[in-house]
Amino acid sequence: MDVGDGVIEVSELRRRYGGQGDKGFEAVRDVSFTVRRGELFALLGTNGAGKTSTVELLEGLARPTGGTVRVLGHDPYAERRLVRPRIGVMLQEGGFPADLSAAETVRMWAGCTTGARPVGEALDLVGLGPRRDVRVKQLSGGERRRLDLALALLGRPEVLFLDEPTTGLDPEARHTTWELVRRLRDEGTTVLLTTHYLEEAESLADRLAIMRDGRIVTTGTPGQVIGTHPARIRFAMPAGWFVGDLPPLAALGVLRHDEHHGRVELQTAELQRTLTGLLLWAREKDVELEGLDARTASLEEAFLAIAGAATTSEPGLGRNE
Amino acid sequence: MATETTVNARTTGAPGTGVPAGATTVTGRALALGRAELTLLGRNRMALYTVLLMPVLMVYAMSTAAKGLDMSGTGMSLKEATMTGAFGYVLLFVVYYNLMSVFTARREELVLKRLRTGEAGDVEILAGTALPSLAIAVAQCVLLVAAGAVWLHMRLPARPELLVAGVLLGLALLTPLAAASTVLARTPESAQLAAMPLTMVSMLGSGMFFPLEGLPDGLARFCELLPLTPVVQLVRDGWLGGATLAGTLGHLGAALVWTALSVFAVRRWFRWEPRR
Repeated sequence: MDVGDGVIEVSELRRRYGGQGDKGFEAVRDVSFTVRRGELFALLGTNGAGKTSTVELLEGLARPTGGTVRVLGHDPYAERRLVRPRIGVMLQEGGFPADLSAAETVRMWAGCTTGARPVGEALDLVGLGPRRDVRVKQLSGGERRRLDLALALLGRPEVLFLDEPTTGLDPEARHTTWELVRRLRDEGTTVLLTTHYLEEAESLADRLAIMRDGRIVTTGTPGQVIGTHPARIRFAMPAGWFVGDLPPLAALGVLRHDEHHGRVELQTAELQRTLTGLLLWAREKDVELEGLDARTASLEEAFLAIAGAATTSEPGLGRNE
Repeated sequence: MATETTVNARTTGAPGTGVPAGATTVTGRALALGRAELTLLGRNRMALYTVLLMPVLMVYAMSTAAKGLDMSGTGMSLKEATMTGAFGYVLLFVVYYNLMSVFTARREELVLKRLRTGEAGDVEILAGTALPSLAIAVAQCVLLVAAGAVWLHMRLPARPELLVAGVLLGLALLTPLAAASTVLARTPESAQLAAMPLTMVSMLGSGMFFPLEGLPDGLARFCELLPLTPVVQLVRDGWLGGATLAGTLGHLGAALVWTALSVFAVRRWFRWEPRR
């Protein structure tokens, strides 16, 4: 078949748990996307949106109920022998024997990994070098996540699947992990990442998809996804002036406006035009717009609007989809 | 974090497949898993006790208990019955009882799930994990024959090929049976409890404690249906001799049927991750 540019090609993918009808639950419903070589693709979604269920199909851990998956041109489930030596996987929740040390764990994994790095190099990569002889049960949650990442990187994979790689890491470790992932991407590794840290997706992803209820509801570059959502201007009306005194808002490109106790919020798809009109008006009337604040939508706002009101941007601790 | 400039450079072997040079082998992967398991066994006092002391203690206890029994209907001495029955204890405790805890622990620690994302296949993962236990069981079987011949002045095995077949079938049968039985357990501790029924029934009914030849006919017929019975019979025939072709084929067939059933049960019911 024609592999083309798509290192990961997903078409009309479905995954159903349990039986047909009411007894079962369809966690993945008609998902399609392509990840190109060297691209970092992020899957976003609330807990239960179907991210992990989707990624497990791409990793070849389960057979899809419907649709097709191609990773490096092969079916990752039926042809796992061809696919596994070329990919690296970090599960949302993986495990290691509690009584092995970090180095012993890597050594075990290296014996099962084609072209494995030396043990010391793998541990240094994630900053666990000084902890090599510590038993897994004595490692912190964040250190275990980094050990998991070291195993995913052990075989210098062409394609890397990272399911919530920084959950449970402290901010510093999170940033070092981001740096590492960025370097891997820059060297040509294709990365598929799931996360519910929007900051993470915004700063790392070349493209992203937002999932809700087992479907992809939005996809594009972070800029595109954010761009579909209006920018916002906030300011306080000067004393004695009212919203009605402003130039006609529709003519400035304002989509909607709100006013509460003299605080005005305008939403616009054309931030520059709206803002220029507003500022020219203020100069002409010689008034001060106190607390003026103009910003494009953040990924967080876009995400909240898309993924549903029940979501928060708090680092979630939810585990499984 | 590392300071080198490239973190992920790689060389590709076998043209066309994209699979890198120096691919891992089945043996290499199983040995890597087995080595890790051996390390873990050495650090687990309870498992060491089960694997190294339990068979000896049970053989001693059972042979003491059997001292007063009348062996006349069995065609063998107490010494012969005990030493051949001992193979059953070794297989039962080192392989079945111990592996049930090991498999359960690795499942609950999410180790099995993690391993399944790697290059090792499902059978390799279970076999590699079982490897140290299987090796220890084989070593103990060899020791039994040596101890019997050197200390107890027993004969050397009459039909070594039957003895070997019995031991190998015992390993092939009890490993998947242990894996399948883990559906009954949620922790390594509850695995030991869940292993008790088959362990007890086998000790009493598979000819390890008292040879089936000495039992009433109906009871003996029933005991022949137990999984470990054909294994003990093959070992006994292999060491002490006196096997008939029909008997041997029957034992081989029964052991193979149990192996097939166990493998089927693993494929059908084995869970690779905890039930949550």
